[in-house]
Amino acid sequence: MIRSEILKEIAPILRDQLVVCNIGIPSQELHAIDDQPSNFYMLGTMGLASSIGLGLALSQPKPVIVIDGDGSILTNLGTLPTIANNVADNYILLIVDNGSYGSTGDQPTYAGQKTSLTKMAEAAGCERVIECAAEETGRVLQEALDAKQMTIIVSKCESGNAKMPPITMDPVVIRDRFMKAVQA
Amino acid sequence: MDIDKKITDDLVANDISFVTTVPCKQLAGVIEHIDARDGIFHIPSNKEDEGMGLCAGAWMGGKRPAIIMQNTAVGVTINTLATLIQYYRMPLPMLISYRGELREPIACQVEMAVHTKALLAQLNIPTYHFHHQSDVEELDAILKYTFMCNKPVAILTDANFWGGYGDQ
Repeated sequence: MIRSEILKEIAPILRDQLVVCNIGIPSQELHAIDDQPSNFYMLGTMGLASSIGLGLALSQPKPVIVIDGDGSILTNLGTLPTIANNVADNYILLIVDNGSYGSTGDQPTYAGQKTSLTKMAEAAGCERVIECAAEETGRVLQEALDAKQMTIIVSKCESGNAKMPPITMDPVVIRDRFMKAVQA
Repeated sequence: MDIDKKITDDLVANDISFVTTVPCKQLAGVIEHIDARDGIFHIPSNKEDEGMGLCAGAWMGGKRPAIIMQNTAVGVTINTLATLIQYYRMPLPMLISYRGELREPIACQVEMAVHTKALLAQLNIPTYHFHHQSDVEELDAILKYTFMCNKPVAILTDANFWGGYGDQ
């Protein structure tokens, strides 16, 4: 199972939630599968999806789901201690861990080798960390929403990308409609 | 004048309630004030680009953010400023300890000081330089300006402003 298949499967869960989506192909895939005003697509700035989502979760009460990747988490590893030490029970970080930098040509990441992001999140102090197989992602995500407890999900999947067009929407439009969805 | 308290008061008066910090010796006093102040959520960052991500999220969540950091961070955050804060047109007051200026004891700090204003100018970031303590009187207007225009705005605060690094 690759990332785009996970996104297709969890799209009905994501539809009603605030979603912050990682730069590159993940955002392109989510945009093509089920574009929603409640999706914040990152068009640049690799690594910051988890931080943007945490700032959002700490500032308003609605649940926030961040769709991140193993490569992006590795880029911004300092995010894990910050998440662990600033608990927001409306925050779910879904790390789609395909062991590769998908947007740049599927080069292997260290998360696909010796490094366990699950153990790193636990060592950082995150209290609810769940590693699952790609096929279980929808169930684990729904359970995390129901638990109303800050959750880090590491979904282990295969490397690979669906061919989707780039997002051409203006960033200020993405941001404006997202903020309206936050306030709705 | 207690400039640490004055800065914190101005943040609160401008409804800034989400502040992220990466420490600097010059900023220790203001960080302490912010941490203790009711009405401000203080979230330390491990790196300044991470902090800007937190601020972007907080602003979209309805809170006015600010970041407090050292000028070396301008080098760290150029991509984040260009592709997140500016690209999505978000306001971000940046209170910056301007190391490497007059009365600086650490030579290496000068190496980023000489690039700081040039980098901010290249990014078209409105930049204010506090050199004398009385310059802090403009902070309130700078904060209002930042949230009027939805831009990142830099406030460089040098050692002379803080009363001299190492001999304060």
